[in-house]
Amino acid sequence: MNEHGVTLLLGTVTTIKVLVCSMILYVIISMIFGLMRLSKNLAIQGIATVYIEFFRGTSLLVQLFWAYYVLPFFGISLEAFTAGVVALGLNFGAYGAEIVRAGILAVPKGQWEAAHALNFTPTKRIKRIIIPQIFPIILPPAANLTVELLKATALVALVTVVDLTFEAKQINSITWLSAQCFGTALLIYYIIARFALVPFLRWLEVLAARKVGKDRI
Amino acid sequence: MEMGWRWDFTIEILPQMAIATLNTILAAGVGYAIALIVGLFFLLGQRTPFRIINWINREIVEFIRSTPLLIQLFFVYFVLPQFGITLSAWICGMITIGLHFGTYLSEVYRGALEGVSKTQWEACRALNFSTLYTYRRIVLPQAFPIAIPGMGNYLVGIFKDTPLLSTIGVAELFHAATAVGGYNYRYLEPYTLVGIIFLTLSIPAAMWVRKLENDVNKAQGKIKK
Repeated sequence: MNEHGVTLLLGTVTTIKVLVCSMILYVIISMIFGLMRLSKNLAIQGIATVYIEFFRGTSLLVQLFWAYYVLPFFGISLEAFTAGVVALGLNFGAYGAEIVRAGILAVPKGQWEAAHALNFTPTKRIKRIIIPQIFPIILPPAANLTVELLKATALVALVTVVDLTFEAKQINSITWLSAQCFGTALLIYYIIARFALVPFLRWLEVLAARKVGKDRI
Repeated sequence: MEMGWRWDFTIEILPQMAIATLNTILAAGVGYAIALIVGLFFLLGQRTPFRIINWINREIVEFIRSTPLLIQLFFVYFVLPQFGITLSAWICGMITIGLHFGTYLSEVYRGALEGVSKTQWEACRALNFSTLYTYRRIVLPQAFPIAIPGMGNYLVGIFKDTPLLSTIGVAELFHAATAVGGYNYRYLEPYTLVGIIFLTLSIPAAMWVRKLENDVNKAQGKIKK
Protein backbone atom coordinates (compact mmCIF):
# COMPACT_ATOMS: atom_id res chain seq x y z
CA MET A 1 0.00 0.00 0.00
CA ASN A 2 2.98 2.32 0.58
CA GLU A 3 4.00 2.60 -3.03
CA HIS A 4 0.36 3.13 -3.94
CA GLY A 5 0.20 5.86 -1.33
CA VAL A 6 2.91 7.77 -3.19
CA THR A 7 1.09 7.24 -6.48
CA LEU A 8 -2.13 8.58 -5.03
CA LEU A 9 -0.28 11.57 -3.63
CA LEU A 10 1.20 12.36 -7.04
CA GLY A 11 -2.26 12.05 -8.52
CA THR A 12 -3.56 14.45 -5.90
CA VAL A 13 -0.91 17.00 -6.92
CA THR A 14 -2.10 16.74 -10.54
CA THR A 15 -5.71 17.13 -9.43
CA ILE A 16 -4.81 20.31 -7.54
CA LYS A 17 -2.90 21.60 -10.57
CA VAL A 18 -5.92 20.98 -12.80
CA LEU A 19 -8.15 22.65 -10.21
CA VAL A 20 -6.00 25.79 -9.89
CA CYS A 21 -5.49 26.22 -13.64
CA SER A 22 -9.14 25.72 -14.53
CA MET A 23 -10.20 27.95 -11.63
CA ILE A 24 -8.12 30.85 -12.95
CA LEU A 25 -9.42 30.26 -16.46
CA TYR A 26 -13.07 30.05 -15.44
CA VAL A 27 -12.90 33.19 -13.30
CA ILE A 28 -11.47 35.20 -16.20
CA ILE A 29 -14.03 33.79 -18.66
CA SER A 30 -16.90 34.41 -16.22
CA MET A 31 -15.94 38.05 -15.86
CA ILE A 32 -15.60 38.66 -19.58
CA PHE A 33 -18.78 36.88 -20.63
CA GLY A 34 -20.76 38.11 -17.65
CA LEU A 35 -20.00 41.67 -18.73
CA MET A 36 -20.60 40.86 -22.40
CA ARG A 37 -24.00 39.43 -21.51
CA LEU A 38 -25.01 42.85 -20.19
CA SER A 39 -23.62 44.78 -23.14
CA LYS A 40 -25.98 47.06 -25.00
CA ASN A 41 -24.39 45.96 -28.26
CA LEU A 42 -26.65 43.16 -29.52
CA ALA A 43 -23.85 41.34 -31.34
CA ILE A 44 -21.66 41.15 -28.23
CA GLN A 45 -24.63 40.13 -26.12
CA GLY A 46 -25.59 37.51 -28.69
CA ILE A 47 -22.12 35.96 -28.73
CA ALA A 48 -22.15 35.70 -24.94
CA THR A 49 -25.63 34.18 -24.91
CA VAL A 50 -24.76 31.57 -27.52
CA TYR A 51 -21.58 30.68 -25.66
CA ILE A 52 -23.36 30.36 -22.32
CA GLU A 53 -26.31 28.36 -23.68
CA PHE A 54 -24.01 26.08 -25.64
CA PHE A 55 -21.72 25.19 -22.76
CA ARG A 56 -24.51 24.90 -20.23
CA GLY A 57 -26.65 22.88 -22.60
CA THR A 58 -24.17 20.13 -23.38
CA SER A 59 -22.55 17.75 -20.98
CA LEU A 60 -19.07 18.48 -19.63
CA LEU A 61 -17.91 14.98 -20.50
CA VAL A 62 -18.99 15.48 -24.10
CA GLN A 63 -17.11 18.78 -24.27
CA LEU A 64 -14.06 17.16 -22.75
CA PHE A 65 -14.04 14.31 -25.25
CA TRP A 66 -14.73 16.73 -28.04
CA ALA A 67 -11.73 18.85 -27.05
CA TYR A 68 -9.47 15.83 -26.78
CA TYR A 69 -10.64 13.45 -29.50
CA VAL A 70 -12.39 15.63 -32.08
CA LEU A 71 -10.28 18.78 -32.22
CA PRO A 72 -7.36 16.85 -33.75
CA PHE A 73 -9.65 16.35 -36.77
CA PHE A 74 -9.41 20.08 -37.28
CA GLY A 75 -5.65 20.05 -36.86
CA ILE A 76 -5.72 21.24 -33.24
CA SER A 77 -4.05 18.65 -31.05
CA LEU A 78 -4.17 19.58 -27.38
CA GLU A 79 -2.27 17.78 -24.69
CA ALA A 80 -4.60 15.90 -22.33
CA PHE A 81 -3.90 18.31 -19.48
CA THR A 82 -4.53 21.37 -21.65
CA ALA A 83 -7.68 19.89 -23.16
CA GLY A 84 -8.95 19.10 -19.67
CA VAL A 85 -8.26 22.56 -18.29
CA VAL A 86 -9.70 24.30 -21.35
CA ALA A 87 -12.90 22.21 -21.32
CA LEU A 88 -13.36 22.72 -17.56
CA GLY A 89 -12.63 26.43 -17.83
CA LEU A 90 -15.04 26.95 -20.72
CA ASN A 91 -17.79 24.89 -19.13
CA PHE A 92 -17.60 26.49 -15.70
CA GLY A 93 -17.00 29.90 -17.26
CA ALA A 94 -20.48 29.65 -18.77
CA TYR A 95 -22.04 28.98 -15.37
CA GLY A 96 -19.85 31.63 -13.76
CA ALA A 97 -20.83 34.23 -16.35
CA GLU A 98 -24.44 33.90 -15.26
CA ILE A 99 -23.39 34.43 -11.63
CA VAL A 100 -21.41 37.54 -12.60
CA ARG A 101 -24.35 38.85 -14.61
CA ALA A 102 -26.74 38.33 -11.69
CA GLY A 103 -24.19 39.96 -9.37
CA ILE A 104 -23.88 43.07 -11.53
CA LEU A 105 -27.65 43.37 -11.75
CA ALA A 106 -27.87 43.08 -7.97
CA VAL A 107 -25.74 46.18 -7.38
CA PRO A 108 -28.20 48.90 -6.33
CA LYS A 109 -29.20 51.25 -9.12
CA GLY A 110 -28.27 54.24 -7.02
CA GLN A 111 -24.62 53.25 -7.35
CA TRP A 112 -24.82 53.49 -11.12
CA GLU A 113 -26.63 56.78 -10.93
CA ALA A 114 -24.17 58.18 -8.41
CA ALA A 115 -21.23 57.18 -10.57
CA HIS A 116 -23.01 58.77 -13.51
CA ALA A 117 -23.70 61.94 -11.54
CA LEU A 118 -20.03 62.19 -10.60
CA ASN A 119 -19.22 62.06 -14.30
CA PHE A 120 -17.21 58.83 -14.21
CA THR A 121 -16.40 57.34 -17.59
CA PRO A 122 -18.23 54.05 -18.33
CA THR A 123 -15.00 52.08 -17.90
CA LYS A 124 -14.20 53.73 -14.61
CA ARG A 125 -17.77 53.25 -13.49
CA ILE A 126 -17.56 49.50 -14.02
CA LYS A 127 -14.01 49.13 -12.77
CA ARG A 128 -14.04 51.30 -9.68
CA ILE A 129 -17.65 51.30 -8.53
CA ILE A 130 -19.49 48.23 -9.75
CA ILE A 131 -16.91 45.44 -9.86
CA PRO A 132 -15.65 45.89 -6.28
CA GLN A 133 -19.23 45.72 -5.04
CA ILE A 134 -20.19 42.54 -6.86
CA PHE A 135 -17.71 40.34 -5.00
CA PRO A 136 -19.66 40.00 -1.76
CA ILE A 137 -22.71 39.14 -3.89
CA ILE A 138 -21.15 36.65 -6.28
CA LEU A 139 -18.70 34.89 -3.97
CA PRO A 140 -21.17 32.61 -2.15
CA PRO A 141 -22.62 31.12 -5.38
CA ALA A 142 -19.14 31.12 -6.92
CA ALA A 143 -17.90 29.12 -3.94
CA ASN A 144 -20.51 26.45 -4.64
CA LEU A 145 -19.50 26.43 -8.27
CA THR A 146 -15.84 26.03 -7.33
CA VAL A 147 -16.58 22.98 -5.21
CA GLU A 148 -18.45 21.61 -8.23
CA LEU A 149 -15.33 22.35 -10.27
CA LEU A 150 -13.17 20.32 -7.89
CA LYS A 151 -15.55 17.39 -8.35
CA ALA A 152 -15.60 17.88 -12.09
CA THR A 153 -11.80 17.69 -12.30
CA ALA A 154 -12.23 13.94 -11.76
CA LEU A 155 -13.53 13.74 -15.32
CA VAL A 156 -10.16 14.69 -16.84
CA ALA A 157 -9.00 11.20 -15.84
CA LEU A 158 -11.18 9.93 -18.70
CA VAL A 159 -9.08 11.82 -21.25
CA THR A 160 -5.93 10.23 -19.79
CA VAL A 161 -4.80 12.99 -17.43
CA VAL A 162 -3.00 11.14 -14.66
CA ASP A 163 -4.86 12.66 -11.72
CA LEU A 164 -6.18 11.23 -8.48
CA THR A 165 -9.12 9.47 -10.14
CA PHE A 166 -6.89 8.02 -12.85
CA GLU A 167 -4.45 6.67 -10.27
CA ALA A 168 -7.24 5.23 -8.14
CA LYS A 169 -8.63 3.44 -11.16
CA GLN A 170 -5.17 2.24 -12.12
CA ILE A 171 -4.44 0.88 -8.65
CA ASN A 172 -7.86 -0.77 -8.63
CA SER A 173 -7.06 -2.65 -11.82
CA ILE A 174 -3.74 -3.85 -10.38
CA THR A 175 -4.73 -4.81 -6.86
CA TRP A 176 -8.53 -5.15 -7.01
CA LEU A 177 -8.68 -3.58 -3.58
CA SER A 178 -11.62 -1.50 -4.76
CA ALA A 179 -12.96 -0.42 -1.40
CA GLN A 180 -9.56 0.79 -0.25
CA CYS A 181 -8.41 2.66 -3.34
CA PHE A 182 -11.70 4.30 -4.29
CA GLY A 183 -12.48 4.92 -0.63
CA THR A 184 -9.14 6.68 -0.18
CA ALA A 185 -9.68 8.72 -3.33
CA LEU A 186 -13.12 9.80 -2.10
CA LEU A 187 -11.61 10.77 1.24
CA ILE A 188 -8.87 12.81 -0.40
CA TYR A 189 -11.41 14.74 -2.49
CA TYR A 190 -13.47 15.27 0.62
CA ILE A 191 -10.50 16.56 2.60
CA ILE A 192 -9.46 18.94 -0.19
CA ALA A 193 -12.99 20.28 -0.44
CA ARG A 194 -13.84 20.51 3.24
CA PHE A 195 -10.56 21.56 4.77
CA ALA A 196 -8.77 23.49 2.03
CA LEU A 197 -11.04 24.79 -0.71
CA VAL A 198 -14.09 25.74 1.36
CA PRO A 199 -12.11 27.54 4.10
CA PHE A 200 -10.18 29.41 1.40
CA LEU A 201 -13.41 30.49 -0.31
CA ARG A 202 -14.94 31.52 3.04
CA TRP A 203 -11.85 33.62 3.70
CA LEU A 204 -12.29 35.30 0.31
CA GLU A 205 -15.92 36.03 1.16
CA VAL A 206 -14.97 37.67 4.45
CA LEU A 207 -12.23 39.62 2.71
CA ALA A 208 -14.56 40.86 0.00
CA ALA A 209 -17.20 41.84 2.54
CA ARG A 210 -14.66 43.77 4.55
CA LYS A 211 -13.42 45.60 1.44
CA VAL A 212 -16.81 47.16 0.88
CA GLY A 213 -17.22 47.94 4.57
CA LYS A 214 -19.48 45.06 5.55
CA ASP A 215 -18.01 43.25 8.46
CA ARG A 216 -20.60 40.55 8.40
CA ILE A 217 -21.89 38.78 5.38
CA MET B 1 -8.37 8.72 -42.65
CA GLU B 2 -10.75 11.03 -44.37
CA MET B 3 -10.90 14.47 -42.82
CA GLY B 4 -13.97 16.61 -42.53
CA TRP B 5 -17.57 15.85 -41.84
CA ARG B 6 -19.06 12.77 -43.56
CA TRP B 7 -22.80 12.87 -44.00
CA ASP B 8 -23.20 9.25 -45.09
CA PHE B 9 -21.51 8.11 -41.91
CA THR B 10 -23.68 10.45 -39.86
CA ILE B 11 -26.85 9.03 -41.37
CA GLU B 12 -25.58 5.51 -40.95
CA ILE B 13 -25.06 5.89 -37.20
CA LEU B 14 -28.17 7.97 -36.60
CA PRO B 15 -30.59 5.10 -35.77
CA GLN B 16 -28.13 3.68 -33.24
CA MET B 17 -27.74 7.07 -31.62
CA ALA B 18 -31.50 7.57 -31.50
CA ILE B 19 -32.01 4.33 -29.60
CA ALA B 20 -29.21 5.21 -27.22
CA THR B 21 -30.84 8.61 -26.66
CA LEU B 22 -33.92 6.83 -25.37
CA ASN B 23 -31.69 4.99 -22.90
CA THR B 24 -30.20 8.29 -21.76
CA ILE B 25 -33.65 9.76 -21.21
CA LEU B 26 -34.71 6.63 -19.34
CA ALA B 27 -31.61 6.76 -17.15
CA ALA B 28 -32.16 10.43 -16.37
CA GLY B 29 -35.84 9.84 -15.59
CA VAL B 30 -35.28 6.86 -13.31
CA GLY B 31 -32.29 8.52 -11.63
CA TYR B 32 -34.35 11.65 -11.04
CA ALA B 33 -37.27 9.69 -9.57
CA ILE B 34 -34.92 7.95 -7.13
CA ALA B 35 -33.23 11.24 -6.27
CA LEU B 36 -36.58 12.87 -5.50
CA ILE B 37 -37.37 10.13 -2.99
CA VAL B 38 -33.87 9.92 -1.51
CA GLY B 39 -34.00 13.69 -1.05
CA LEU B 40 -37.09 13.26 1.12
CA PHE B 41 -35.25 10.84 3.37
CA PHE B 42 -32.31 13.20 3.78
CA LEU B 43 -34.82 15.96 4.53
CA LEU B 44 -36.42 13.78 7.20
CA GLY B 45 -33.00 13.10 8.72
CA GLN B 46 -32.42 16.82 8.84
CA ARG B 47 -35.71 17.64 10.52
CA THR B 48 -35.93 14.90 13.14
CA PRO B 49 -35.59 16.23 16.69
CA PHE B 50 -32.66 13.89 17.42
CA ARG B 51 -29.38 15.80 17.36
CA ILE B 52 -27.27 12.73 16.59
CA ILE B 53 -29.32 11.85 13.53
CA ASN B 54 -29.18 15.47 12.36
CA TRP B 55 -25.44 15.43 12.69
CA ILE B 56 -24.89 12.08 10.95
CA ASN B 57 -27.28 13.13 8.22
CA ARG B 58 -25.44 16.39 7.66
CA GLU B 59 -22.03 14.70 7.52
CA ILE B 60 -23.28 12.13 5.00
CA VAL B 61 -24.82 14.85 2.84
CA GLU B 62 -21.62 16.92 3.02
CA PHE B 63 -19.50 13.93 2.09
CA ILE B 64 -21.61 12.92 -0.88
CA ARG B 65 -21.89 16.50 -2.09
CA SER B 66 -18.18 17.22 -1.98
CA THR B 67 -16.89 14.10 -3.70
CA PRO B 68 -17.02 13.40 -7.44
CA LEU B 69 -19.93 11.44 -8.86
CA LEU B 70 -17.48 9.57 -11.08
CA ILE B 71 -15.61 7.95 -8.17
CA GLN B 72 -18.86 7.29 -6.36
CA LEU B 73 -19.94 5.36 -9.44
CA PHE B 74 -16.73 3.36 -9.43
CA PHE B 75 -17.06 2.79 -5.71
CA VAL B 76 -20.57 1.38 -5.93
CA TYR B 77 -19.81 -0.60 -9.05
CA PHE B 78 -16.55 -2.19 -7.90
CA VAL B 79 -16.96 -2.39 -4.14
CA LEU B 80 -20.41 -3.91 -3.77
CA PRO B 81 -19.36 -7.18 -5.48
CA GLN B 82 -16.64 -7.52 -2.82
CA PHE B 83 -19.43 -7.87 -0.31
CA GLY B 84 -21.19 -10.39 -2.45
CA ILE B 85 -23.69 -7.94 -3.92
CA THR B 86 -23.48 -8.03 -7.67
CA LEU B 87 -25.71 -5.51 -9.37
CA SER B 88 -25.91 -4.63 -13.01
CA ALA B 89 -24.27 -1.43 -14.24
CA TRP B 90 -27.72 0.06 -14.76
CA ILE B 91 -28.81 -0.48 -11.18
CA CYS B 92 -25.48 0.72 -9.77
CA GLY B 93 -25.71 3.84 -11.90
CA MET B 94 -29.27 4.58 -10.86
CA ILE B 95 -28.49 4.08 -7.16
CA THR B 96 -25.46 6.35 -7.31
CA ILE B 97 -27.18 9.11 -9.25
CA GLY B 98 -30.17 8.85 -6.93
CA LEU B 99 -27.98 9.17 -3.83
CA HIS B 100 -25.79 11.93 -5.25
CA PHE B 101 -28.58 14.16 -6.47
CA GLY B 102 -30.80 13.19 -3.54
CA THR B 103 -28.46 15.20 -1.30
CA TYR B 104 -28.87 18.21 -3.58
CA LEU B 105 -32.63 17.84 -3.70
CA SER B 106 -32.85 17.60 0.09
CA GLU B 107 -31.21 21.05 0.15
CA VAL B 108 -33.79 22.30 -2.34
CA TYR B 109 -36.61 20.94 -0.18
CA ARG B 110 -35.09 22.44 2.93
CA GLY B 111 -34.68 25.83 1.31
CA ALA B 112 -38.27 25.73 0.11
CA LEU B 113 -39.63 24.83 3.55
CA GLU B 114 -37.56 27.56 5.16
CA GLY B 115 -38.80 29.94 2.50
CA VAL B 116 -42.31 29.70 3.91
CA SER B 117 -42.75 32.49 6.41
CA LYS B 118 -42.69 31.51 10.06
CA THR B 119 -45.87 33.46 10.69
CA GLN B 120 -47.71 30.92 8.56
CA TRP B 121 -46.82 28.25 11.10
CA GLU B 122 -47.84 30.48 13.94
CA ALA B 123 -51.16 31.25 12.29
CA CYS B 124 -51.85 27.52 11.87
CA ARG B 125 -50.93 26.98 15.48
CA ALA B 126 -53.36 29.70 16.49
CA LEU B 127 -56.08 28.10 14.38
CA ASN B 128 -55.35 24.77 16.06
CA PHE B 129 -54.51 22.95 12.81
CA SER B 130 -52.74 19.63 13.19
CA THR B 131 -49.12 19.41 11.98
CA LEU B 132 -50.13 17.17 9.11
CA TYR B 133 -52.92 19.50 8.05
CA THR B 134 -50.58 22.49 8.30
CA TYR B 135 -48.08 20.79 6.03
CA ARG B 136 -50.64 19.55 3.55
CA ARG B 137 -52.84 22.61 3.18
CA ILE B 138 -50.69 25.55 4.19
CA VAL B 139 -46.95 24.94 4.07
CA LEU B 140 -46.40 22.57 1.16
CA PRO B 141 -48.55 24.51 -1.33
CA GLN B 142 -46.42 27.54 -0.57
CA ALA B 143 -43.11 25.67 -0.47
CA PHE B 144 -43.68 23.93 -3.78
CA PRO B 145 -43.30 26.95 -6.06
CA ILE B 146 -40.09 27.88 -4.25
CA ALA B 147 -38.75 24.36 -4.88
CA ILE B 148 -39.73 24.22 -8.57
CA PRO B 149 -36.71 26.00 -10.09
CA GLY B 150 -34.23 24.02 -8.01
CA MET B 151 -35.95 20.73 -8.76
CA GLY B 152 -36.08 21.51 -12.45
CA ASN B 153 -32.45 22.52 -12.56
CA TYR B 154 -31.39 19.22 -11.06
CA LEU B 155 -33.47 17.30 -13.58
CA VAL B 156 -31.45 19.01 -16.30
CA GLY B 157 -28.32 18.48 -14.19
CA ILE B 158 -28.92 14.73 -13.93
CA PHE B 159 -29.59 14.57 -17.65
CA LYS B 160 -26.23 16.19 -18.34
CA ASP B 161 -24.43 13.86 -15.93
CA THR B 162 -25.77 10.66 -17.48
CA PRO B 163 -22.74 10.37 -19.82
CA LEU B 164 -20.74 9.42 -16.73
CA LEU B 165 -22.72 6.18 -16.66
CA SER B 166 -20.86 5.12 -19.79
CA THR B 167 -17.72 4.66 -17.67
CA ILE B 168 -19.26 1.67 -15.91
CA GLY B 169 -20.75 0.35 -19.14
CA VAL B 170 -24.33 1.59 -19.19
CA ALA B 171 -25.36 1.66 -22.83
CA GLU B 172 -26.53 5.26 -22.98
CA LEU B 173 -25.90 7.87 -25.64
CA PHE B 174 -22.29 8.64 -24.86
CA HIS B 175 -21.43 4.98 -24.54
CA ALA B 176 -22.93 4.36 -27.97
CA ALA B 177 -20.95 7.24 -29.45
CA THR B 178 -17.70 5.91 -28.01
CA ALA B 179 -18.47 2.42 -29.27
CA VAL B 180 -19.37 3.62 -32.76
CA GLY B 181 -16.36 5.93 -32.82
CA GLY B 182 -13.99 3.20 -31.72
CA TYR B 183 -15.39 0.72 -34.22
CA ASN B 184 -15.02 3.07 -37.18
CA TYR B 185 -12.03 5.09 -35.96
CA ARG B 186 -14.09 8.22 -36.40
CA TYR B 187 -14.99 10.33 -33.39
CA LEU B 188 -15.92 13.59 -35.10
CA GLU B 189 -19.49 12.68 -36.06
CA PRO B 190 -20.52 10.56 -33.04
CA TYR B 191 -19.31 13.02 -30.41
CA THR B 192 -20.65 16.02 -32.31
CA LEU B 193 -24.01 14.29 -32.65
CA VAL B 194 -24.04 13.64 -28.91
CA GLY B 195 -23.44 17.35 -28.31
CA ILE B 196 -26.22 18.33 -30.70
CA ILE B 197 -28.66 15.83 -29.16
CA PHE B 198 -27.87 17.13 -25.70
CA LEU B 199 -28.39 20.72 -26.81
CA THR B 200 -31.70 19.97 -28.51
CA LEU B 201 -32.98 18.22 -25.40
CA SER B 202 -31.59 20.30 -22.56
CA ILE B 203 -32.29 23.80 -23.87
CA PRO B 204 -36.04 23.16 -24.32
CA ALA B 205 -36.03 21.39 -20.94
CA ALA B 206 -34.45 24.41 -19.29
CA MET B 207 -36.97 26.69 -21.02
CA TRP B 208 -39.80 24.46 -19.84
CA VAL B 209 -38.55 24.67 -16.26
CA ARG B 210 -38.49 28.46 -16.52
CA LYS B 211 -42.05 28.46 -17.87
CA LEU B 212 -43.22 26.10 -15.13
CA GLU B 213 -41.68 28.41 -12.57
CA ASN B 214 -43.66 31.34 -13.98
CA ASP B 215 -46.87 29.35 -14.22
CA VAL B 216 -46.71 28.12 -10.65
CA ASN B 217 -45.92 31.60 -9.41
CA LYS B 218 -48.87 32.99 -11.33
CA ALA B 219 -51.18 30.26 -10.06
CA GLN B 220 -50.10 31.14 -6.54
CA GLY B 221 -50.88 34.77 -7.22
CA LYS B 222 -47.30 35.74 -6.62
CA ILE B 223 -45.29 38.12 -8.71
CA LYS B 224 -41.90 36.72 -9.59
CA LYS B 225 -39.17 38.19 -7.47
